[in-house]
Amino acid sequence: MTYLAPKRHAGVYRYDDYDRQFLNERVAEYRGQVARRLNGDLTEDEFKPLRLMNGLYLQLHAYMLRIAIPYGALATHQLRGLARIGRRWDKGYGHFTTRQNLQFNWIRLEDTPEIMAELAAIDMHAIQTSGNCIRNVTTDQFAGAAPDEVVDPRVYAEILRQWSTIHPEFTYLPRKFKIAITGSANDRAAIRVHDVGLLAKRNAEGEIGFAVYAGGGLGRTPYLGAKISDWVGEQDLIAYLEAILRVYNQFGRRDNMYKARIKILVHQGGKQTFIDNVEAEFARIRGPKYRLDPAIVETIERNFAPPPFEELLAHSATFDRARREDAAFAVWARNNVRDHRAPGYASVTISLKPIGGVTGDITSDQMDLVADLADRHSFGEVRVTHEQNLVLAHVRQDDLYDLWKALDAAGLGTPNAGLITDLITCPGLDYCSLANARSIPIGQEIQKRFADQQRQQEIGDLKIKMSGCINACGHHHLGAIGILGVDKKGEEFYQITLGGNAELDGAIGDIVGAALPPDEAVDAVESIVDLYLERRQPGERFLDTLARIGMGPFKEKLYGAA
Amino acid sequence: MALLKEGRPAEDVWTHVADDAPVPANGAVILGLARWVKERDALAGRNAPLGVRLGSADRADSVAADLGRFALVAVEFPKFRDGRGFSTARNLREHHGYTGEIRAVGHVLPDQYQMLRRCGFDSVAVPDGADLAVWTAAHTRYTVAYQGAVGDEAEPLSLLRRRFAKAG
Repeated sequence: MTYLAPKRHAGVYRYDDYDRQFLNERVAEYRGQVARRLNGDLTEDEFKPLRLMNGLYLQLHAYMLRIAIPYGALATHQLRGLARIGRRWDKGYGHFTTRQNLQFNWIRLEDTPEIMAELAAIDMHAIQTSGNCIRNVTTDQFAGAAPDEVVDPRVYAEILRQWSTIHPEFTYLPRKFKIAITGSANDRAAIRVHDVGLLAKRNAEGEIGFAVYAGGGLGRTPYLGAKISDWVGEQDLIAYLEAILRVYNQFGRRDNMYKARIKILVHQGGKQTFIDNVEAEFARIRGPKYRLDPAIVETIERNFAPPPFEELLAHSATFDRARREDAAFAVWARNNVRDHRAPGYASVTISLKPIGGVTGDITSDQMDLVADLADRHSFGEVRVTHEQNLVLAHVRQDDLYDLWKALDAAGLGTPNAGLITDLITCPGLDYCSLANARSIPIGQEIQKRFADQQRQQEIGDLKIKMSGCINACGHHHLGAIGILGVDKKGEEFYQITLGGNAELDGAIGDIVGAALPPDEAVDAVESIVDLYLERRQPGERFLDTLARIGMGPFKEKLYGAA
Repeated sequence: MALLKEGRPAEDVWTHVADDAPVPANGAVILGLARWVKERDALAGRNAPLGVRLGSADRADSVAADLGRFALVAVEFPKFRDGRGFSTARNLREHHGYTGEIRAVGHVLPDQYQMLRRCGFDSVAVPDGADLAVWTAAHTRYTVAYQGAVGDEAEPLSLLRRRFAKAG
């Protein structure tokens, strides 16, 4: 297969011969592992962690393959490659996840070595998308485009991707380990719900450093990450992370998988003890060998250089006219288009949340179309968001109307980014062997309830997040309205939480009351929203009203007076 | 049980001595950590090579003061998924400057061989019945690595990734 390179100005890391050699070696290793499993040399117990570290899960009906999309950045030839894989080995569609990755849900084990080889040909892989290792590093989907950005987080996300790739010491950790990084004080990467969260910033001298949070995580014991350092200088980033990981590798619990995440070590083992251990390890590791050389940073940075923006007026007359003349476009532009740092440009969210659809799902044909549009309008680059949408980061305002028409014609013009129907759900009991309850149909029901555009617009910023079990893949703890599927004697029930928020000053949602059967759960969501609309003061978001009036009125509305 | 060094079968001169068995006066022996701690003084005069065996929960720091006495440190992997031993070996090499043999014992997979070596292990006691050809192949599986580790001190730190010699 001929090698295709990313478009010249796409903001993705460019593989060199070493990277490609590494990937080919990885594919060869995996091919051997599958062969050893099939001939019985490896037990399933031994094979399982190996396949997981190559993204292969055994689900309810088939194998699921989770492909790594490092920090959500895709070159268009890669998106087309994923479309091809979806057609050939799956059912012609894929599913974007809250970790900015892509999952195929109908994969056969025997096909996986071939799929890995196909991925390697487009500089992609499924390494460490699962297993008790350092997972795909996630970041802000508007990196390099957002007006409020201080440091481009993709540079460090790529450095961490390389550093964590088959790390010799940290690949058999007590449990999975997720790192997120943001380069803006308006955190769009939810860094405080990750095992390690990094806030990249600059000091008065303009030097780059990181505030480090550790011990965030959801699941059955949700915690927000605790700040363990306010400033780790750029050159110390790797040494400091090695120190955190080493402390975790040595002291994290291994006797109980539900207590094995770093959050338990940080919050139940004593935050100060944890910090002291990290600092002691850091003092030993710090030194020339593990210093992040500025030359490395510069080399990586070149991959993310700003594309050659045209000199444009800040506001496009073409864009303004189209909005005046086409009401449907105006609604989409209001919700799915946001400001860009370059005059005359905008960032566009392509919603993968059509009313009644499956959140995050996309067909192979749609992938091809998005790739074509990104080539035409956004320097050959597409991003995946942790809210399971896609982003074209750098679109000329002049082109927005044409772009929207093309998206809308392909079912990709849903104008709901950031609104109540832009909800997050996990795959739930329809696919997942861990789930207690279905997520997808409940999400669809909620979407239908709020489908009216005017009503959505009136409700405004309100995030609904839903998980089909306590593992919290749908981040329900962080929903302004969170929904958790639970199993009560074989029946599906849904527990509702309020007030979750993934920002830096965020919070874990509180439970409103007893879990409800499916139809009542959807009614309850509607009652909650109605009460908010009734009680809100001008300018208040749902979270503001909740903070002001408290849980009491919501409880009373759902469960009657206490 | 076979012993592997540099990807090839090697002669094993060491004997593991059970905690309740007498320590022979001659020959290279490996003792459990608790026994060593208890009988350290009695063993002071023993004029033959000594090794110590660390459990997966025993940290490198626990033997730091005595490392000069040991020609070998064996690190146990009760399950291949228990990765604490990787940190133990790296700590021995990088923080305590240990230059003797570090041996992986217990349940390890060939898929971990290069990681073991890059953390400072130089020998592996391969479980009985293992296909040595798979281990030998695993020894040179990867020729590219993305991060600093034990054994690549000579490499200039100019890029995150560095290439280690094909021969390993």
